Amino acid sequence: MIRVQQEDFDIGAEIAALTKDRTDIGGVASFIGLVRDVAGGESVGAMTLEHYPGMTQKKLEEIDAEANRRWQLSASLIVHRYGRLEPGDRIVLVITASPHRQAALEACAFLIDWLKTKAPFWKMEETAAGAQWVEARDSDDKAADRWVGRPSGGE
Amino acid sequence: MRVLYFAWVKSKVGIGEEQVEPPAGVGTVGALLDWLSQRSSKHAAALANRSVVRVAVNQEYVGADHPVKPGDEVALFPPVTGG
Repeated sequence: MIRVQQEDFDIGAEIAALTKDRTDIGGVASFIGLVRDVAGGESVGAMTLEHYPGMTQKKLEEIDAEANRRWQLSASLIVHRYGRLEPGDRIVLVITASPHRQAALEACAFLIDWLKTKAPFWKMEETAAGAQWVEARDSDDKAADRWVGRPSGGE
Repeated sequence: MRVLYFAWVKSKVGIGEEQVEPPAGVGTVGALLDWLSQRSSKHAAALANRSVVRVAVNQEYVGADHPVKPGDEVALFPPVTGG
């Protein structure tokens, strides 16, 4: 399931909703991305996330489908926010559930790694030096590349 | 053809989207970027370094050789930084 929204999300409520009335789930893994107050040594007052509506939804659905193809998941959820966010605010939530922990943990890591390099979102940080678009990082490409050609994980 | 700009590409071009009608000879992404670069000095500045401009045609990532045709939705933007 995919949601792209401006408003905040409640982690506990999302996990509860995803697992409600389910007795086949043995483990739930989650990743929550937050806004930091420092980037590249500069103090960040706020951040604005822009995205490409339409393509964002499509790409996130493709990434979610790929995770479900590679791992035996009972449920999965990606929530990504856009708009202006301040340090400490939640940006993104990934939840994966499976009968056993390994699939949930691996699929969760896969989803955030692929999302960071494929979903059309861009961050603009407000610093003392002015507003600056965040540059893509090689380390994010490397993190995503480790999943390329890799067979599905544990079930 | 609808052309969309995002993030610093949008800042540099100065607009978020525009409707364009390139001549018939403009049949690929690469040719379209060449043609767009000549529309204004702002377009030229935004598209000066092609290695940092990503392209999506009809919401799919494509390369410079990908064909473009009337009615396509073409988006130009920097490498993504979400998550």
